[in-house]
Amino acid sequence: MLLTLEPNPTQIKAEKLYQQMGLSDEEFTMIETILGRTPNYTETGLFSVMWSEHCSYKNSKPVLKKFPTTGERVLQGPGEGAGIVDIGDGQAVVFKIESHNHPSAIEPYQGAATGVGGIIRDVFSMGARPIALLNSLRFGELDSARVRYLFKEVVAGIAGYGNCIGIPTVGGEIQFDPCYEGNPLVNAMCVGLIDHNDIQKGQAHGLGNTVMYVGAKTGRDGIHGATFASEELTEQSDEKRPAVQVGDPFMEKLLLEACLELIQSNALVGIQDMGAAGLTSSSAEMASKAGMGIEMNLDLVPQRETGMTAYEMMLSESQERMLIVVKKGREPEIARLFEKYDLEAVAIGTVTDDKNLRLIHNGETVADVPVDALAEDAPVYQKPSQEPSYFQEFQAMEQEIPQVDDLKETLVKLLSQPTVASKEWVYEQYDHMVRTNTVVSPGSDAAVLRIRGTRKALAMTTDCNSRYVYLDPETGGKIAVAEAARNIICSGAEPLAITDNLNFGNPEKPEVFWQIEKAADGISEACRVLETPVIGGNVSLYNETSGTAIYPTPVIGMVGLVTDIDHITTQYFKNSGDLIYLVGETKPEFGGSELQKLLNGSISGKAPELTIELEKERQEQVLAAIRSGLVQSAHDLSEGGLAVALAECLFSSDTLGAEVSLNGNPVAALFSESQSRFLLSVKKEHQAEFESLVEAAFIGEVNDSATLRVLTNSESILEGSINELKAAWKGAIPCLLNSRD
Amino acid sequence: MKFAVIVFPGSNCDVDMFHAIGDELGEEVEYVWHDSESLAEYDGILLPGGFSYGDYLRTGAIARFSKVMKEVVKAAEAGKPVLGVCNGFQILLEAGLLPGAMRRNESLSFICKPVELEVENNRTIFTAEYEQGQTITIPVAHGEGNYYCDEETLAQLKDNNQIVFTYQENPNGSLANIAGITNEKGNVLGMMPHPERAVDELLGSADGLKLFQSIVKTWREAHVVNA
Repeated sequence: MLLTLEPNPTQIKAEKLYQQMGLSDEEFTMIETILGRTPNYTETGLFSVMWSEHCSYKNSKPVLKKFPTTGERVLQGPGEGAGIVDIGDGQAVVFKIESHNHPSAIEPYQGAATGVGGIIRDVFSMGARPIALLNSLRFGELDSARVRYLFKEVVAGIAGYGNCIGIPTVGGEIQFDPCYEGNPLVNAMCVGLIDHNDIQKGQAHGLGNTVMYVGAKTGRDGIHGATFASEELTEQSDEKRPAVQVGDPFMEKLLLEACLELIQSNALVGIQDMGAAGLTSSSAEMASKAGMGIEMNLDLVPQRETGMTAYEMMLSESQERMLIVVKKGREPEIARLFEKYDLEAVAIGTVTDDKNLRLIHNGETVADVPVDALAEDAPVYQKPSQEPSYFQEFQAMEQEIPQVDDLKETLVKLLSQPTVASKEWVYEQYDHMVRTNTVVSPGSDAAVLRIRGTRKALAMTTDCNSRYVYLDPETGGKIAVAEAARNIICSGAEPLAITDNLNFGNPEKPEVFWQIEKAADGISEACRVLETPVIGGNVSLYNETSGTAIYPTPVIGMVGLVTDIDHITTQYFKNSGDLIYLVGETKPEFGGSELQKLLNGSISGKAPELTIELEKERQEQVLAAIRSGLVQSAHDLSEGGLAVALAECLFSSDTLGAEVSLNGNPVAALFSESQSRFLLSVKKEHQAEFESLVEAAFIGEVNDSATLRVLTNSESILEGSINELKAAWKGAIPCLLNSRD
Repeated sequence: MKFAVIVFPGSNCDVDMFHAIGDELGEEVEYVWHDSESLAEYDGILLPGGFSYGDYLRTGAIARFSKVMKEVVKAAEAGKPVLGVCNGFQILLEAGLLPGAMRRNESLSFICKPVELEVENNRTIFTAEYEQGQTITIPVAHGEGNYYCDEETLAQLKDNNQIVFTYQENPNGSLANIAGITNEKGNVLGMMPHPERAVDELLGSADGLKLFQSIVKTWREAHVVNA
């Protein structure tokens, strides 16, 4: 018998040791009431992780209720490992996004790598074959050496995991702003494909069935990771480095293949990833969802280290592990299946009908608590909400058109802003082609993957302009969904559904909670109108360093269905002589724009307006034109406005150029970030048919001058060679990374 | 013609190779697990890319001790076509079926992009369908593709026309821009670029297809009477 120095229940209560685990006095009293006694150290640990914001959503639940989560195509909404949407022919798409912000701030390579590993497990635990990865990243400005380190290591970590496991990283977005300096955001999304028949649930049904542990051994890494994720980063956060796990993508590749073989076996009852809160959450949630209990003998848990306590085993977040429930008596064949992949599958417990999670260690019962209390009964807090004073100040500001002297120089500078600049340096480190389905590679509006053996394809994107969300959370939330949908539409797909990652500051601050509520209102409204329900997601709060919150950043991950691969469209102009059309009006809107940030070094004012019904109408017109074969290229207008979009349409060729004529104030016409706009190119012979389908302004033609030329009133106001523009755009990030300070 | 795609723990381009042969080339193809003890029934052996054994120790260093590798060596000795792509190339180097070694890319980063290759020798069973000197576009995706060998070996490679593909713009720092080499006999080819990723215009290039067609054509000429 090992000697453990764990405090006893009396000490835990008297010395309020539970506070160190993140539980409040009231929560501890609730636990005592539930149990009818004071919990021991292990039990206190179980409650502290399961009742953390990360696992219980105790602060965000009232907000999450706002989201529309159902729809004709939705087969699985929020609550399981990942959401599932029907795509016809007995097939479905499975996807989810999740954050690994705090680990990545402390240990960027492993933080990012294990973020990828975790989201992949969420998808294959549903029984789906993961087919693509995306991400959404936020960093401070690249002139800081620390930020450059975080940026390089996060990218290397994503690449290291995704490349090795052999799932293509096909898309994403990166924004740089000073508010993320100490608290970068690393959100990873995984998309999987499944046949309806193969859909699994994380449920522990069947009295007497066997609970098996599969995958990597349990070590002391990541203990209390979920709790760590639910508090602010401080200067002492470096001490939490042991709460960051270490990833082994090779192990996960084996686990993935073994689990996909496993789902074909009728011996399998339930399967769940051991993610945040590891063995605790997987066992408690599986039992709770099935209305059952689980008894586990922790002596049987494969362990990487000696002398681990029950507390350590239950709270470890060691990676690449799954908990499965199999029919009693079928254990040997399951063990053999995993043996083929050199993996362990060990029976560690049984399904009981007392609705308790009971843990045995060294022959003693070390925990005995109701599973529903852990998984369902965490308190829900309606946090106070208060409009921050900056909001009315920004709303009262007039839309002003910035003073710009040299339009071409300004365009070059905008193209060199790291948020706008080419991300080639990043995505060339990701294997974005493995599994050979990637039709549209990173760089266009959305990535597109064909579905082998069908005419169908899937378009996918992640989006959020957090500057708009900061200025006006409700409008910004709407814009995030609308922009994601525009990217999907521009690829020739119809938007299906979204997953969201709500990255915010400390919800205990009423101004932060107000941002969360308003952003959720905006997202909900946009999702209702665009018919893209929220099928799952993740909440990451407490993104603050030294008391300063990040911009509210509700990242939207959206997937769309291409019904015929002939509809697949990219943003790049194709042929000299094609006509260029602009869909949507341009207003002088510069609040939160790339130009405003470039000129002022900060953002202020109103976010661009968005009328979601109008957005939907335009999206439908554009998609109809694409499906009729009338559109050569389609590009959504976003950061940097029309000028940046035009340049981007020309960057895939060395010879094409364009000449366009614009009306009104040149600065607004070129750089405003008005919403619901598209840039399309159309063959001349399709002009009449196109114009009958889409309300669009003809603005110019593609030519072979390798120059972008913009006119107003027949006078040239901007002329730049594509070589020069492309050099600025491509060179910006590598150049910033090579700088020394 | 019947192909084997060898699957090691951690292989991840096995599926791509399988579909390239089965769907695009239209030949018979099967996966063969790394502990298989015979390759007798296969006419061509394909070692796919990926991260066999997680690249632990050194790329390809553990995979080369797999049971099936004894059979791969036998097949090579028997003159069967053996193609190793990316990690497959690394394994062939570790197994001694091809000369030289692989170092990390000069940039120290993984690199994934389409590259232009020059066909340096079209008189091999793998390149007969290409033109001599033809430029083809095939993607690379690797962290360790920086091929190296000593001067003497390089001279031999050149003298025997064993350098089959070179990069037009070297992405990884490899010696003499080497992208792919054969053994002296010419029946074992190792290459870093992925021809199996370039078999369908929909995905950007079909330039890799001719490589597989070359294998089949030369095999038919040698094995099928009245072909």
